[in-house]
Formats: sequence, structure tokens, C-alpha cells
Amino acid sequence: MTKQIIVPFGPQHPVLPEPIHLDLVLEDEKVVDVIPTIGYIHRGFEKLVEKREFTEYVFIAERTCGICSFIHGATYCQGIEQIMGIQVPERAEYLRVIWSEYSRLHSHLLWFGLYADSFGFENLFMNAWRIRERVLDVMEQTTGGRVIQGSCKVGGVRKDISNEKLDEMAKDLDTIDREMKEMTTVFLNDDTVRHRTRNVGVLSREDAYHLGAAGPTARGSGVAIDLRMTGYGAYDRLNFHVATESCGDCYSRHSVRAQELFTSTDLIRQAIRKIPDGPVDIKVTGAPNGEFFMRSEQPRGELVHYLKGNGTKFLVRSRIRTPTLTNIPPLVKMLQGCDLADVPVIVLSIDPCISCTER
Amino acid sequence: MGFFEMTKTALRTVLSRPATILYPAQAAKRTPVTRGHIVFDGSKCISCSICQRKCPAQAIVLNKEAKSWQIDRFRCVMCSSCVDTCPSKCLSMDPVYTAPASAKGVEVFTITYVKPPKPEKKEESKT
Amino acid sequence: MKQEQTIIPIEVGRLIGSVEQFRNEGYRLAHIGCTKVGDNSFEINYSFDKDYVLQNLRITVTAETEVPSITGMYWGAFAYENEMHDLFGIQVKGINIDFKGTFIRTAIKFPFSVSAAKEEKK
Repeated sequence: MTKQIIVPFGPQHPVLPEPIHLDLVLEDEKVVDVIPTIGYIHRGFEKLVEKREFTEYVFIAERTCGICSFIHGATYCQGIEQIMGIQVPERAEYLRVIWSEYSRLHSHLLWFGLYADSFGFENLFMNAWRIRERVLDVMEQTTGGRVIQGSCKVGGVRKDISNEKLDEMAKDLDTIDREMKEMTTVFLNDDTVRHRTRNVGVLSREDAYHLGAAGPTARGSGVAIDLRMTGYGAYDRLNFHVATESCGDCYSRHSVRAQELFTSTDLIRQAIRKIPDGPVDIKVTGAPNGEFFMRSEQPRGELVHYLKGNGTKFLVRSRIRTPTLTNIPPLVKMLQGCDLADVPVIVLSIDPCISCTER
Repeated sequence: MGFFEMTKTALRTVLSRPATILYPAQAAKRTPVTRGHIVFDGSKCISCSICQRKCPAQAIVLNKEAKSWQIDRFRCVMCSSCVDTCPSKCLSMDPVYTAPASAKGVEVFTITYVKPPKPEKKEESKT
Repeated sequence: MKQEQTIIPIEVGRLIGSVEQFRNEGYRLAHIGCTKVGDNSFEINYSFDKDYVLQNLRITVTAETEVPSITGMYWGAFAYENEMHDLFGIQVKGINIDFKGTFIRTAIKFPFSVSAAKEEKK
């Protein structure tokens, strides 16, 4: 009868971007069971709806996370607009798509860097983040903030991008594409990367569907769910395909994200070509009365914003369910049976964004 | 199987300048629309307190009798709500970030706005 | 935009039967959420998704009602049910991995079941 040892992983760990605690039950270097604990960064965001008007709450919703902040703000605004029946101008929808896709690019590049760091490939980490600087520069030149954009509001967007700037951005995308191609070739073809990620952390298709996995965690196991296909914003007027892989291991998950990088640059180019002229916001009067589940696709998966209003300026309930909360049960399943040395790689392959989970 | 995929990039970065800047010796890079810190012009403020109500971080406190407008720089999240909603355009956003400080505190400004006397009515200027 | 959603209010006793029906039809669990709607009244919402269509089951409970856990059918629901217990004080019985109140540790127990107006009086 082998002895069982419990090793605590986190909340402070060099590979974790944010604190999560996992108690790993080990038998001789093989993980037998995992007990997750969250709550290190719980800030009680959802209580603030009682004290901030629904037009100001955008700023709070945006600051749920530092990596995926734009899409939180955009989803919240779209949810309120659905409840109140507001139709935003077309130019605003295209601008939101452009910023969302830049946000997805920067998030995936950040993740590639941390992932390379998890198996010790620091040079690749720095290369990925050097490409990310170009994307953050574009965000800063168009919205004023590198990480928190602050450009969404109920009824449209707060800032416009001039057509000359849009053409400049389209040309810049060629450089970003070329550098990303070089970097993703290393992730997909290098021997050392393959040894650390092939057949590590396998999640079967059945498990991924029934445990509620979302985003690249699900798409890497063959479950083709991408909320952009529901056509919110301007996505119903743009063409793209959903990247899926079938193996369900860490290699498949990072392969899916690599394909999504190029889908994003393609979507931005299409949006820049098709964007019409016109106003970027519409005046909003009244208060939301009703409820709606607004779902959108974050870089990490399916985001649900549940909003409920009762006709006053203050919302009754704002519930944010981020993809990492629903990816924790698949993580527990993936870690059972793996080696201790593979734990950082597997934990990072679901892209844990704990500050979103623990608003 | 890939060997030497990143040779060109590696050589280019070895031979060129570093990608990082020596902050704070060198200034942080900024653009014309960067949200750095709020600038207040006391000579245009009409004390309507819309900025205080709209601030999501509750960083602005206005005192009408004492004619003082104070901002807590560390609570301010640079969202530009106050800049957008101020009716007399006395607030603007400057691209330079707030300087680091060793203690938290508020910055107090005085309001020096003088309401211009109305024509064809009693001459009564409020100072 | 095609984001269809329907909300079906049901009784607590019929919860397990309806969830099992969804499971057999191939729905995946999207979200379990809780809203405080009165002094001691909470609405719990179970959202199921298939092909981007959202179906919601809604039950209305008090803090003393014993809600059965659906982890028997959806193994991944333990994250939502433990969070619901820790933030709202809902009694959920039979969770497969029960943290007994230690999933999210806060200074005030069941923080979301107290409204902000009461907290300002403290």
C-alpha cells in the first residue's frame, strides 16, 4: 500500500499569473487526486451594482480582469442594450469587433509566453511578449490605455478611429502576422516543446462536453463551441471558421490557440475593409427593466453576463461567470494520473485567469 | 522537426537596441490619447458637482462653500468620465502618468471662477 | 444576433427530474446562478446550452430550503454549488466534492445575502 503525500501547489508559484491553490494528492510522483481552492482575490464586484448606476458599472465590469478586460466591458454593454432594446450604430459594432480581436491577440500572446515559461523555455516567452508589445501599442494609440481600454459605453463606443489610422493598422498587421508565424512554428514543430506537451493532460471529448469545458479547452478535445458563431456585434457579417483539434492533450490546446491568432488578424482585416462611416454612439434614456443572459467569446472561452434590472438606475443583479470557473472541473479530471512535473504545464494549458473567476 | 526557426529574429535582436526602456531613467512612452492624469482648471469650474457624482471610484470631493476641489490621485482610475461629462470643460486628461509617492493623500485645488455679471440686471458679482 | 433563451420556472422537487431530462437530450451545463429577490428569498437559475440555444430552469428558495445537488448528472457542477453556498448561504445537499464552506473564505459569512444598505449601518 503506497503512502499518499499531499503537496500544495500555489497560491504563489512562478508559473501562475494569478493565485489559485491546488492540493495535489500524490502516490510516488503520480497525482491521484486534486482539491482546488479559490477565493484569494475575491473582491465582491457583484455587490457594487447596488451602489453604482448602470452607466457607471461599465468601468467596474471592465476591471474584473486585466487580460481580458475589453470583452467584459463590451459584453456588459451588449447585455444592457438587449434588455433596453437599443440598436447601436453599425460603425460602433465594427469598432467593438476590432478591439475585441486585438484583445484576443494580446491575451493569446501573453498566454504563449507564460506557457513557454512553464516548461522552461524563457527565450520563447520573451519573444512572444515582444510581439505583444506591438499589439498593446495599437491599443494605446486608439483608446488611451494599454491594458484597460475604457472605450465601451452603453449605446456605443466612446472614441472613434479615423480611417487613416485604420489603414495604418491593417498594414501593421502584416508585420505582426510574420512574427507570429515564426513563433508558432516553434511551438508546433520544435522537438522539446512536443516532448513536454504531447499526450500530457488528456481530456476526452465526452468529459469535455459534460464537465462544461469552454474555449480552447473544449475545442482542443473536439467540441466545436465558439460563441462568436451566434453573431453578436458585427460577427454575423464576417467570415471565419472555428479551429478544433481532436487529441485533447496540451499540444492540441496550444495548437488551437495558434490557429486562433491568425483567425483574429484575418477578422480585423475584414472588419477594417467593411467598416461603414457614421456615428459611433446613440443617446440612452431610461433604465433597464428585465433580465438577459448575454454570452460572448472571451479568449478563454464562454463568458456569461447575467443582468437583471427593475426599472431604476441601479441594477438588481449582475452575475459574471467566466470561463475559468467552468474549466476548473476539467482541470481536476486532467490532472488525475499525471506526473508531478507535468502539473504546471497542464494547469497553464487551460489558461487560468483567476481574477476573473473570483471577481 | 524544426531547427533554427528563429535565427533571423535572434540575430536581429542581438545586433539592435534592446526592446525595453530604462524606466524611470527614461520616460515611459506615451501617445497623445494616453490617459495619464486629470488636470483641473479652477478658473472655469462652476461647482455643479457632476464630476463627483459620475466618478466610479469616488475620488473627487467638491466643497462649494470652501471653494475647494480635491482629487485622490490613488483612487482615480483614469476613466475620463469626469472629463466627458463636465459642462464647463475645466477638466482634461494629460498623457503623463501620476508620479509615484510614498504616502497616500489628496490634492486640493481652489476654485477661482467668478460668475460674470448678468447684463441689464443688478450689478452683483459673486467672488 | 441569435441568442435565444427561455426561462422555465419549476418546483424544487422537480429539479432532479428536469435536469436528468436535459442530460439525456445532450445539453451541457452552462451556468448556475443565484439572485437575491427579497428578504429571505433567492432565485436559483440553472442554464443548459445545446447548439447555442439556452434553456433555463428557475427555482425560488429560502435560506433554509434544502436544494438537491445535480453533481450526480453533471460532475462539474460542484464549483457553482460550493460558491453558491459560500456566498449566499444556500443549503445544497449531496455535492460530490463538498468543501463545507471553505471554497471561498470571506470576512463576513454569506456576504451576498446581506444587502448593502444594512452593511452601511455597521
